[in-house]
Amino acid sequence: MSIKVLMFGWEFPPHNSGGLGTACFGLTRALAREDVEVLFVLPKRVAVTAEYARLLFADEGTIRIQEVASSLTPYVTASRYSEEFGRIGDSLYGPTLFDEVRRYALRAREIAAREQFDIIHAHDWLSFLAGLAAKEVSGKPLVLHMHATEFDRTGGQGVNSDVYAIEQRAMQAADKIIAVSNYTKQKIVEQYGIHPEKVSVVHNGIDVEDYTHQIERLETLRANGNKVVLFTGRLTVQKGPEYFIRAAKRVLYFCPNTLFVIAGSGDMEYRLMQEAASLGISDRVLFVGFVRGAELDALYRTADLFVMPSVSEPFGITPLESVINGTPVLLSKQSGVAEVLTHALKADFWDTDELANKMVSVLEHDALQSTLSSYGSAEVHGLTWKRAAEKCVSIYHDLLFAPALVS
Amino acid sequence: MTSTCFYFQVHQPFRIKRYRIFDVGNDRDYFGDQSERDTNNAKVFRKVAEKCYLPANRTLLELLEQHPEFKVSFSFSGVFLEQAALYAPEVIESFQRLVATGRVEVLGETYYHSLSFLHSRDEFRAQVNLHRKKIQELFGVTPTVFRNTELIYHNDLAQEVEAMGYKGILAEGADHILGWRSPNFLYNPPGSTKTKLLLKNYRLSDDIAFRFSSREWAEYPLTAPKFASWVNETNGNGNVVNLFMDYETFGEHQWEDTGIFWFLRSLPEEILRHPDNDFVTPSEAIDRYDAVAEIDVPHYVSWADVERDLSAWLSNPIQHDAMRAIYAVEHEVLESGDAHLIHDWRKLQTSDHFYYMCTKWFTDGDVHKYFSPYDSPYEAFIAYMNVLRDLRLRLDIIKQNRAAAVGVAQLISSPAYA
Repeated sequence: MSIKVLMFGWEFPPHNSGGLGTACFGLTRALAREDVEVLFVLPKRVAVTAEYARLLFADEGTIRIQEVASSLTPYVTASRYSEEFGRIGDSLYGPTLFDEVRRYALRAREIAAREQFDIIHAHDWLSFLAGLAAKEVSGKPLVLHMHATEFDRTGGQGVNSDVYAIEQRAMQAADKIIAVSNYTKQKIVEQYGIHPEKVSVVHNGIDVEDYTHQIERLETLRANGNKVVLFTGRLTVQKGPEYFIRAAKRVLYFCPNTLFVIAGSGDMEYRLMQEAASLGISDRVLFVGFVRGAELDALYRTADLFVMPSVSEPFGITPLESVINGTPVLLSKQSGVAEVLTHALKADFWDTDELANKMVSVLEHDALQSTLSSYGSAEVHGLTWKRAAEKCVSIYHDLLFAPALVS
Repeated sequence: MTSTCFYFQVHQPFRIKRYRIFDVGNDRDYFGDQSERDTNNAKVFRKVAEKCYLPANRTLLELLEQHPEFKVSFSFSGVFLEQAALYAPEVIESFQRLVATGRVEVLGETYYHSLSFLHSRDEFRAQVNLHRKKIQELFGVTPTVFRNTELIYHNDLAQEVEAMGYKGILAEGADHILGWRSPNFLYNPPGSTKTKLLLKNYRLSDDIAFRFSSREWAEYPLTAPKFASWVNETNGNGNVVNLFMDYETFGEHQWEDTGIFWFLRSLPEEILRHPDNDFVTPSEAIDRYDAVAEIDVPHYVSWADVERDLSAWLSNPIQHDAMRAIYAVEHEVLESGDAHLIHDWRKLQTSDHFYYMCTKWFTDGDVHKYFSPYDSPYEAFIAYMNVLRDLRLRLDIIKQNRAAAVGVAQLISSPAYA
């Protein structure tokens, strides 16, 4: 008999705005292939039929999609939310982010009361209260999937105490917590005081089948012998884009024919442009805005090196995407993906000299680039979502069939 | 009669410190790491001296005093001897005391523990000669038997080494060169009767070097009587049991608490218990025993890894690129006449630098199989190539200065000033 999971997740690619949606999709599809039945609940600004998501899973018969009208989006912060919805008087949605999170939880309770399932699985704090509500009404075990903590999102500066409180309360009440890396598990244990045995690590994955389409390099970027170094991610403190720009300045001294492409949008965009200007390298730093899908794959293929200088990255799926497109990566040591990708360069995000040193090495030594690329590619082929799903299934089994061991 | 022939390799590379692109042009002290990292050569050397060289030498000296029949041989890399002089001179003195017994043979090798034979015969010969001089100077003996870096061997090496006057060579007794034949006899290279080959008995050698403390091994724990009984088994079907291993086996690879020193201390007595057993040095084995056949080695063999080939140093593109780059400047470096520059260039030829760049085991998480002071093979490559960039910069400066000097000379000798 297959396990039935009530999952609270987030919008799938290509409508996602970051790795969370990619992870939800990859994991859900792989779970379906392990014979798990998934009722996937997700917030949607305007409740339309989930035709698209149904299409995505056309071949996986065990997945149902349930949309809930809500203004929640991944990565939204309390202040951002207020700017957008706070002024609207008697809106459909809650006036503050926390009101909306609670309203979403009430809807989750209704769904949980009428559906049949064995286990609840919720992704990131915005859906944690929904998960808790579902547990209350059904008495079923709750698994929380930590893709990022409040400490990661804020880079440790200005942690929102309400968000922290929700994360902590939910983790205390949950039956099991899945961390996307040992790096994240350590944060959960140290910053939230959760017992380490309650936390299991399930690294994210990547499925080669999603990246087989023929995509050409953007030759215009490489014209005149230019080399290309790529950054992609939200332009927020967490992703460390300013370290990328500072390292770029150092690299250009040795490799003047290098273009630094920044793909992404966010609060820091204007500040970053100013920084590039004040360093006198505006002509070498290209801000291309938010890019995804085939366009992003084309950028990966065009680049000689992908850099992820995150201040704190619980996992980091983009490096896997880069490697699968044949481009080697330089990773922040403060990341989860660094635990599973050995054929990658690594440095502390704050050490811009070391970032630059490694960027120059890849740009100057083709042998380094090709070795990283070929061994990295072989390695990434083994980091599948199937592996992650198998671990989740074994966690479900432990919760359902060996409860004595858990308490 | 079965003769046991011990050969211990004694080597420490000059490891490159974490050397960034920004150090190029600013820092010529490539090997002088003062940090707490494992690239701090002084720190590593003193640690190994305490754990291995000094206690192992004390043990061997006692054994030589107790058993007049006991003999061993060593090969010291030149870069080991240099570091010993720099960081722990008492280590050299204790080796000198061993050699002074007259029952410890010193073998020849390349001074820089390099792979030069693969890339430049001129450089290879130069390094062998430098090594010979160093051994004569420190120990007052002249090596007559040769061992190449990491027991790398090939038919061509035999020719080259024979021409240099050596009477024998040590090599790996790899299955793929021996076939059905036994490593416990001496052999000739094809077409040569002057040079004899001693082949490592890798089963018995690795029982000590690798398996001694392995609890998964069926023969654990290995005792001296048990090991001696295996040596005795070769009686009647072999002349010599060649036990070749890194000297760091004693106390460094196998820690003291494994009982490795106890094992070493009691082994000679146990082997000598059998009246037909004795000990020989490599040159004694060559003088005493005839070669039984020719052995053809048209492909390189070494004592590294299960492959017993060159892949530990030369299998991925970064290793090949680094190797290409270091020998690409050979002519310019030697022609510069700058002794310090030449010495640095040669220290960069040490095989360990390329070994640290090996990716063979890296993916399996089996990193411990490759002793490396770097976080990854890529870190090793980056530091190496940055150092090489600085070295090329030094070459450029020398050339510029020379050009300037020539310019002045021409100016002075021109008719206007005549």
